[in-house]
Amino acid sequence: MTVESTAARKPRRSAGGKASTTGTKRTTRTTAKKGSETQLVQLLTPEGKRVKNAADAEYASYVDGITADELRALYRDMVLTRRFDAEATSLQRQGELGLWASLLGQEAAQIGSGRATREDDYVFPTYREHGVAWCRGVDPTNLLGMFRGVNNGGWDPNGNNFHLYTIVIGSQALHATGYAMGVAKDGADSAVIAYFGDGASSQGDVSEAFNFAAVYNAPVVFFCQNNQWAISESNEKQTRVPLYQRAQGFGFPGVRVDGNDVLASLAVTRWALERARRGEGPALIEAFTYRMGAHTTSDDPSRYRHDDERAAWEAKDPILRLRRHLEADGHADEAFFGELEAESETLGRRVREAVRAMPDPDRFAVFENVYADGHALVDEERAQFAAYQASFADSEGV
Amino acid sequence: MSQTVKNLALAKAINESLRRALETDPKVLIMGEDVGKLGGVFRVTDGLQKDFGEDRVIDTPLAESGIVGTAIGLALRGYRPVVEIQFDGFVFPAYDQIVTQLAKMHARSLGKVRLPVVIRIPYGGGIGAVEHHSESPEALFAHVAGLKVVSPSNASDAYWMLQQAIQSDDPVIYFEPKRRYWDKGEVDTEAIPGPLHTARVVREGTDLTLAAYGPMVKLCREVADAAAEEGRSLEVLDLRSVSPLDFDTVQASVEKTGRLVVVHEAPVFFGSGAEIAARITERCFYHLEAPVLRVGGYHAPYPPARLEEEYLPDLDRVLDAVDRSLAY
Repeated sequence: MTVESTAARKPRRSAGGKASTTGTKRTTRTTAKKGSETQLVQLLTPEGKRVKNAADAEYASYVDGITADELRALYRDMVLTRRFDAEATSLQRQGELGLWASLLGQEAAQIGSGRATREDDYVFPTYREHGVAWCRGVDPTNLLGMFRGVNNGGWDPNGNNFHLYTIVIGSQALHATGYAMGVAKDGADSAVIAYFGDGASSQGDVSEAFNFAAVYNAPVVFFCQNNQWAISESNEKQTRVPLYQRAQGFGFPGVRVDGNDVLASLAVTRWALERARRGEGPALIEAFTYRMGAHTTSDDPSRYRHDDERAAWEAKDPILRLRRHLEADGHADEAFFGELEAESETLGRRVREAVRAMPDPDRFAVFENVYADGHALVDEERAQFAAYQASFADSEGV
Repeated sequence: MSQTVKNLALAKAINESLRRALETDPKVLIMGEDVGKLGGVFRVTDGLQKDFGEDRVIDTPLAESGIVGTAIGLALRGYRPVVEIQFDGFVFPAYDQIVTQLAKMHARSLGKVRLPVVIRIPYGGGIGAVEHHSESPEALFAHVAGLKVVSPSNASDAYWMLQQAIQSDDPVIYFEPKRRYWDKGEVDTEAIPGPLHTARVVREGTDLTLAAYGPMVKLCREVADAAAEEGRSLEVLDLRSVSPLDFDTVQASVEKTGRLVVVHEAPVFFGSGAEIAARITERCFYHLEAPVLRVGGYHAPYPPARLEEEYLPDLDRVLDAVDRSLAY
């Protein structure tokens, strides 16, 4: 399907007579869904069956030799990530975290893409990439510091080549692109991956990143998790063309993958990262998925979407799908699932204890690392603050 | 004149400084719109791409947020990008990247990452330009913790302060006084410069202190000359750095003269003059013979070129403020 044919078809559809009886919103969503069904790279059906589709053969070749061990490892990643996420949601409800952005439903997109990265690749996440962080070896408890309010980051970005979470939507797409330009200048053969959501696709920075990446042939993969909702705004408030098709206008390939299919996410991301490493430039991956929970714990999805929508997506659950596949092919037995269940509980307990044990930052941390080389005003204000604090100590001592 | 002393226009001094940085450190990159083949609309980067190649002196797409955002990524990779924003009024598409990302990333990473990015911005009026080409937004950047803001007033400072800005591990907003681009001055390329954020007494005096930076330093020297003819001895300070601001030098001067007039092109309201007035009042209350006065732009959009002479501080407006201060 070309962009031209989509553009030509759209107005006729939205102007169709049915829209007046069924509502414009529904008609538009149906159109988008049809498009996704015809374009989606899928290697594992919701029932857990391997799909052999000639059109996806190129991507499928990137997971052709995948072993039962590797499949179980992907399953383990997804289960533990979901368990961690659930624990963080509970901790927020218990008042231990100020906020939490759940990844529930997006495990396959994150684990599949995250496991496609190489150690020397560099990842630029938003604030929801807990599964990708897991794949990069970032201790999950480090992710909770900013949500508990003890820091604004919480890990060394260069420790695992996993940049700090970025809250301003889409900003990190440019950082990733600049970093990738540097990788190319260094003559290195690593790649960079930038994560963002469907809402971020509306931001100028994301379009500017696409353009810079294309112009400089930067080795960067743009990984858009289209989870259907940008807080309360659906895709139709973000775009009039399927997101993966944006890439064509910038001069690089775009692919829509079933984001609830960990195998397809792994395959397509490997494809994109490897072509970036070969010097073939950027690619856009649209992982078509669904945020099953709220945007964050401050959000109330019942105000803007129906339960039946979530139910339809639950049937496509990424974890259940791989479990069905593992069971059907005899790749995992009850002992495996039992041990994983126990491991999940251990992780949950560790996370809970780590959060509660997290110390409040030193009060002088306000003045730390504002500048690398120092700044006279910061020094002056730190001294004033110290004197003020000391005045209490004096009065208490008397 | 020694071998290392050159008589250079301010723009040429910046050019030579950039050349030296590119020669000295392979991680230094120049980025911006038209900085390559054209050499910049003011020719500040003239000849650099020819000598250092398109990989070091990078013509970018016309996208300011993209320029600064990718410079952040390059800095994270270990490069030291020096980006050019073509004109003052064009920095705002990049303002988000500068304020929400560039300024905060060192602190957010608990000091683990450094962002040695220099943002060069030709700024200020007096050249008869069209809208968005004559603004003085330095206070908007000085207000943001994590950024440093400097502005040279002469060729030697233009050369050396840029060297120091590039070597700094902090992001530095480097405001170039474009109306002074063609003013010549001596640059000693071997001299050891003073600290980047220290103000300088450029003319000694006893009756009143004039404090300025960038394009207004030259004007304040002219004001001091004119006042001298009337028998008044004015001290002139070149602040050089807006953030951090060297209040110690201002305080020492005011304790001597008892009077202070701050001059800048930017609007007076919430401008750097307001900060200086407040702090100097705190520090020197018993030394002041008059309230600190400010001369600057009005709380109005920068006017069309035919009106800019009314808007910008000139000799008479500054002398008027001097008279008012001395009348207390």
